[in-house]
Amino acid sequence: MPLTDEKIKVLEAKARDIRRSIVESLIEAKSGHTAGPLGMTDIFTYIYFHALRHDPKKQDWSYRDRLVLSNGHICPVLYATMAHAGYFPVSELKTLRKFGSKLQGHPHREFLPALENSSGPLGSGLSQTVGMALADRMDNGRTSGKQFYCLMSDGELNEGNTWEGAMLAGKERLQNITAIIDRNNIQIDGFTEDIMPLNPLLDKWRAWNWHVQEIDGHNFREIDESLGQAQAVFDKPSVIIANTIASRGIPAFERKFEWHGKPPTTPNEIETARLALKNARTLGGHVESPHHN
Amino acid sequence: MIILSQKLNLKLFSTDVEQVSTRKGFGEGLIKAAEADKRIVGLCADLTESTQMEPFKKKFLERFIEIGVAEQNLVTVASGMAAMGKIPFVGSYAIFSPGRNWEQIRTTICYNNQPVKIIGSHVGVSVGPDGGSHQALEDIALMRVLPRMVVISPCDAIEARKATIAAAKKDSPTYIRLTRNPTSIITTEETPFEIGKAQIVFKSEVRGTKSDPLRRSFSEARTNSKSKNPNSQFDVGIIATGALLYRALKVAKKLETEGKNVIVMNLATIKPLDEHAIIKIAHETRALVTVEEHQIRGGMGSAVAECLAAHFPVPIEFIGVKDQFGQSGQPDELLEYYGLSEEDIYAAVQRVVLRK
Repeated sequence: MPLTDEKIKVLEAKARDIRRSIVESLIEAKSGHTAGPLGMTDIFTYIYFHALRHDPKKQDWSYRDRLVLSNGHICPVLYATMAHAGYFPVSELKTLRKFGSKLQGHPHREFLPALENSSGPLGSGLSQTVGMALADRMDNGRTSGKQFYCLMSDGELNEGNTWEGAMLAGKERLQNITAIIDRNNIQIDGFTEDIMPLNPLLDKWRAWNWHVQEIDGHNFREIDESLGQAQAVFDKPSVIIANTIASRGIPAFERKFEWHGKPPTTPNEIETARLALKNARTLGGHVESPHHN
Repeated sequence: MIILSQKLNLKLFSTDVEQVSTRKGFGEGLIKAAEADKRIVGLCADLTESTQMEPFKKKFLERFIEIGVAEQNLVTVASGMAAMGKIPFVGSYAIFSPGRNWEQIRTTICYNNQPVKIIGSHVGVSVGPDGGSHQALEDIALMRVLPRMVVISPCDAIEARKATIAAAKKDSPTYIRLTRNPTSIITTEETPFEIGKAQIVFKSEVRGTKSDPLRRSFSEARTNSKSKNPNSQFDVGIIATGALLYRALKVAKKLETEGKNVIVMNLATIKPLDEHAIIKIAHETRALVTVEEHQIRGGMGSAVAECLAAHFPVPIEFIGVKDQFGQSGQPDELLEYYGLSEEDIYAAVQRVVLRK
């Protein structure tokens, strides 16, 4: 499906709504992660509203694409995107992290059966995706139409389990896998290159026999082209290193690792966040706000 | 005497009783299960030969994945395959899986509720010359604490084969622990097996009354103890899991010839625990000895004690490894060194009867 300029405008508007929903759900929850969800909003929006083969009204459709969220803590963006896509009412986002909610603090498929996996502890999602892709290839061969997406963080790449999965996918030449790494350069204790350097990150994945692309994770045109190319590669798994800005959309919070694991809580923080997203308009794939100019 | 309805191996107590490792029984069971169900796949972490997955690999190459030496990947990939409808069996040594990859098992298998079957071979000090690093003594504790996980410890190769076939049909995460070295064949093809069911495999013939001189010593001990039990017909119960069941049976036979009334239970399924059967044996004997090749802490005996402390407290003596690591040696000398021999079981019986 070609990505027209009109569709980009639709996606940008949708991403703005999803960012607002994320922030409102976090304010209501009084705990949770802000930076990752806002940084990955454009990618989630693109996948759910343009790329993913799925049907929110028929959630167990066996031919659906599979989306595995490996870094479960950014689930506010997953939940908000799924709600806007029609999996459950947007009003339920207010139940995030509360007792009895479908929206557990980290994703749990028993509470929200539309999820492909339950996650939280880092570094296992890629291997789960590899298992799914292997099983599908066993049953349907290399020409099966299903895509297996794994969304991961950069900090998560510290986990050895990730590289075990990467090695196996390279060995098995699982062309049906597209991994997307949220390259926002932060993790809980600081900047990724200070905590545990990942660079040269592209070379690492190439050495593991993956097809590697690097994009601006807020530019729908680049997201579209990279996913298209990932699916065109026939003999390798694909990884897209998406450069994102942590807390994208709230300039006062952007790029700051302090916002990794907390929501806006003080009246001042809440007002700053709401105002930034209220004023946010969309231009050429970039969220902009008056504060930012 | 052995319980005839359990159809045990009639050559059980002869010196030339057949010796086969439980891992071999698993290998045979996997083939049988895979023939019956196309959803079964095998994954192995570079130990295909020694976990006995080799026959499966040969026969069903297209359903076999070689993971390499990466146990965290072994179980997480299996979780993904199960999410797509497969029934994965994952094989390694128990020290590595479930030893190294516990959190992945917890999150991607139990928390995700995927019916992955974890096969841990080389358990216990009887692994022998490889030494303590390779002798899993903590795996029961690691697995039985996990919600949803079924834990099976077969007593011989035939039971291991049946457990494998039964596990394949059960829609839950399952752990099966296996031995490296050949052990005595206790059961037969006809011996019943059901996950979650304990079996009474031996009962002394209840003879006489307290006047029977053969029973006098135990009866006196019981009469002198503070918790008198006029109703119990038996002097002691032995609950064993895994290959040490064989030694428990030999001790029971010896006790029987001494005129003591003994019940022996094969507790192959450690979780879910057959609480009804355990309370019953406690009620009938009022004194128990548990026998396992595992740390005492957290093992099968602990599971039995948890059950009985809540429902029917009786004295228990625990035969198991006492907060130690293993070392190199021959299986028999190691079992003796770590207090897992027939003499140790016999002595534990004497101790527990005095505590009645």
